[in-house]
Amino acid sequence: MKLWLKIGTAVWLTGVIVLGLGIPMVKVPSGFFQFPIIPGLEEKARNIIFHVPIAWTTVVAFVMAMWYGIQYLRTKDIDYDLRSVSSAGLGMVLCVLATVTGAMWAKFNWGSFWNWDPRETSIFILLLIYAAYFVLRSAIEEEERKATLSSVYSIVAGVTVPFFIFVMPRMMAGLHPGSLGDSQGKGPVLQMKMAPNMLIVFLASLLGFTILYFWMYSLKVRSMRIERQLQQQSE
Amino acid sequence: MYLVISSYQILLKEIVSEFRTRYALNALIMFVVVTISMVLFSIGTESPSQDILSGTLWIVIFFSAMSGLSRTFVAEEERGTSLTLRLLTSASSVYFGKLFYNLVLILALSMFIAGSYLFIIKEFIVKSYDIFWLTIFLGSVGLASASTILAAIIAKANTKGTLFPVLAFPILLPLLLTAINATRLATEGAFFVEALQEFQILISFIIVMITASIMLFDYVWKD
Repeated sequence: MKLWLKIGTAVWLTGVIVLGLGIPMVKVPSGFFQFPIIPGLEEKARNIIFHVPIAWTTVVAFVMAMWYGIQYLRTKDIDYDLRSVSSAGLGMVLCVLATVTGAMWAKFNWGSFWNWDPRETSIFILLLIYAAYFVLRSAIEEEERKATLSSVYSIVAGVTVPFFIFVMPRMMAGLHPGSLGDSQGKGPVLQMKMAPNMLIVFLASLLGFTILYFWMYSLKVRSMRIERQLQQQSE
Repeated sequence: MYLVISSYQILLKEIVSEFRTRYALNALIMFVVVTISMVLFSIGTESPSQDILSGTLWIVIFFSAMSGLSRTFVAEEERGTSLTLRLLTSASSVYFGKLFYNLVLILALSMFIAGSYLFIIKEFIVKSYDIFWLTIFLGSVGLASASTILAAIIAKANTKGTLFPVLAFPILLPLLLTAINATRLATEGAFFVEALQEFQILISFIIVMITASIMLFDYVWKD
């Protein structure tokens, strides 16, 4: 990654954090530097700027891991497997972060850290899938067989994800927006009812976290490549 | 046509080799008897709700399936016969043969479990039998469709026994939750149309799993 992009990402995300935490919340907002108070959410609404982008990046990492899994099966080029496993590793970290930020939000908004709301169930399953993926990898020694079988598993797991994102929240009553019993519409993508300035900070955060993910991802891939080369040299 | 004949022959081979030892069959029936008696003893004199009993039924079915369905490929690796099979037929006929064998096994197993569960546990009262048996049928087909490809994966790994439920659980969870929900509807005496949404989910899960498996099985098998 270019140096300006790295510095830019750091500055951008610092700005997002400062704006997201610093902009005061008032009843009647005027101008860009005032967020409206949402009844029932109040100051806790700020978490949307951090929790949702992290959850989104988790999904991006999962899709990338699956995509490079498919590419590995097509080409049998081990480099794609390195990319796939790097993405899955980062996805697992992000998944834990999304779970923790979500659980904290749930504690202060809904009363307990965990409620088995459909979305919470989905992220729990996503964690289980990631964990199972790494358990499977550790159970196979041969490099190519490990790559093939874990790619197949990531695809098989990937095709069940729509059941969690689209089917389950429709079936069970939940607390997240977009669940059954929520009057604000039933789409998987929330209706954007945020205040315009809050929406701008939110989208900026989304962009910032996505770029941060790609930065971490490229670092991880490079270090994995070097690790593999060193291993081959020592053999 | 070749595919149909050769997968039928694989199915026959599986059934014959199973009946030669009756390893899986005897062990599985004992497993079912043990788990259902455990449920019975833990209930004692209590009368648990229908929701809990529907969940327990699927716990019994899930773990019996987990201990039974991985045998097909693992036994192949243990006996060292997978190479011969790979030489003799195509990957897709092996897949379909094993899938149908798993299907027969799990269908017989879950019919047995559901029947004895209904018979032994008096508190479990099903009011709509059409929903109940269709759920058992579709749930079993779903279990077989997902576990065939997973069994092929774990047959190549080192720790076979413990790995299977770990890999299968997150993938089978949408199926299990839907099946538990449909079973609960059956105990509540719902009409058939009320459970239609559950059946749609089960059927789409089966179709998605089998399609993905057909596309991916080649890579696992020829590895």
